[in-house]
Amino acid sequence: MTLKVSARLQHPGFALDIDTALPTQGVTAVFGRSGCGKTSLLRIIAGIERSADAQVRFGDDVWQSGRKFVPLERRRIGLVFQEASLLPHLGVRDNLLYGYQRTPQHLRRLEPDKAIAQLGLEPLLQRNIDQLSGGERQRIALGRALLSSPQLLLLDEPLSALDAPSKRDILPYIEQLAGNFDVPVVYVSHAAGEIERLADHVAFMRDGKIDAVETLEQALARPDSPLFNDEGPATVLHGELRSTDSTGLACFQSGSLTLRLPATGGPAPLARLRIRARDVSLALDPPTRISILNHLPMRIQTIRPPCDGRVVVEGRLPDGQLLLSEISGWSCQELGLTPGTLIYALIKAVSLLD
Amino acid sequence: MLTLSPEDWTAIGVTLRLCLFTTLILLGIGTPIALWLAAGNSRLRSVVQALVALPLVLPPTVLGFYLLLTLGPQGWVGGTLQQLGFDHLAFTFSGILIGSVIYSLPFTVQPLQQAFRQAGRRPLEVAASLGAGPMDRFFSITLPLARSGFVIAATLTFAHTLGEFGVILMIGGSIPGETHVLSTTIFAHAEAMNYAAAHRLSLLLIGAAFAVLFVVYLANGRRSPVVQP
Repeated sequence: MTLKVSARLQHPGFALDIDTALPTQGVTAVFGRSGCGKTSLLRIIAGIERSADAQVRFGDDVWQSGRKFVPLERRRIGLVFQEASLLPHLGVRDNLLYGYQRTPQHLRRLEPDKAIAQLGLEPLLQRNIDQLSGGERQRIALGRALLSSPQLLLLDEPLSALDAPSKRDILPYIEQLAGNFDVPVVYVSHAAGEIERLADHVAFMRDGKIDAVETLEQALARPDSPLFNDEGPATVLHGELRSTDSTGLACFQSGSLTLRLPATGGPAPLARLRIRARDVSLALDPPTRISILNHLPMRIQTIRPPCDGRVVVEGRLPDGQLLLSEISGWSCQELGLTPGTLIYALIKAVSLLD
Repeated sequence: MLTLSPEDWTAIGVTLRLCLFTTLILLGIGTPIALWLAAGNSRLRSVVQALVALPLVLPPTVLGFYLLLTLGPQGWVGGTLQQLGFDHLAFTFSGILIGSVIYSLPFTVQPLQQAFRQAGRRPLEVAASLGAGPMDRFFSITLPLARSGFVIAATLTFAHTLGEFGVILMIGGSIPGETHVLSTTIFAHAEAMNYAAAHRLSLLLIGAAFAVLFVVYLANGRRSPVVQP
């Protein structure tokens, strides 16, 4: 099942030209710079922005085609915007229930108590809307959208107006959306970190057009991925974060690999670890007597052509996952690295995506 | 002391009836106009906005003059009514009511339009995404968010109709019990050099107008913007 969108929009200084099919499994991120048309795309999917010749199909449902136009209130879409969009004249509970009360009984898939518990909203119920933090407001907006039992959730940069602690506060909840609540999510963002943490698929958008729709793995495997614009190439490992041991380090288990990292927060069954290629050095011999916590053997698969004197080396870890390392072209030559060489990757820093 | 003649009391009755009906009718007509005007910007909207604002700048006599011609026996509306076997509307309560509605239109539309614009589109988009249709959105979102706009619009309309003179004199003349309102009664008293009677009604009007405006602004100022427990 897919979400098919084709639309053309012409505003002064901005043109949108889209013809795409977005996956509706898990979280599909729409990534692009500010002003590239991400929000317009979202508004066309929702039916807020009218584009006369647009076509929007969600699975077998035709939402817009020719003269047919299903208004937003009958598309059953959950919307969460960039800035807090709580209804200012209603309290927390009435905001949460606004959509639930308007959802026919047989379509309801979530009970208010369950949503309130899962999103940790209980302590907020008695609070005044004016006294909520940005993160709390977004959590309520998310709960409110979920309680209308939507077929599709559209999130428009829901974290961009939040400070770092608020982001950390709300990310785990967004993470569980697709799994726990079984709702496909289209997530618009210009932050590569959020996408690496949340997305299953990524649609890259530029100047009003969608360049490519890829899985996150594909998006991270190509050297020119727009996700790498800020911090250079990186590898994202999926795994489980185990609790802190006596050494004060937490264990990250990904397949047969174990990485140690300074503990932050508690254990998490589904965690993603980000390793920047420039934080991975290479050694030909197994490193001993060294302070670096994590070193893994891997076999070189590809050495990408040098760029500004640096090369990116792609290696296969024992369990088959790809790890990128960025070293100087000179080191690469000195070590005599070629595809097939068995080397040791010294990982200087890892960061848990949050 | 305030001893009013029966004629004065009749005028007060007609005035209150006129103000009440005008306000109710205008809230009914003005709300959709204001909703439409607040929904966007276009040349057509600017035209309508200018038409709505005309009574603010025109001398009431101009409006009254054309209404008299239109509603009177020779006029387009009055003539048609007579052909259909009804009476024309000049010098009738219905006539001055139509005049008042047109004359006070900007006092209803402008505060409402302002309030709708201030509430913004976002709450409406949110409500639609949560399954609320257009009528549902109007009653559950627009109305409560624009509540103070409605209070101000109703008050200004009522108070402005209270002080209407020129239009009524032109269309209504001064027929006791029908078109003889407070302002025209005061004029009649003054014309007849009956200054004491004119004073009594004038002071009454000043007091009433002030009281209405004061109560509304007090209530509006005290309520901090849309806070709920």
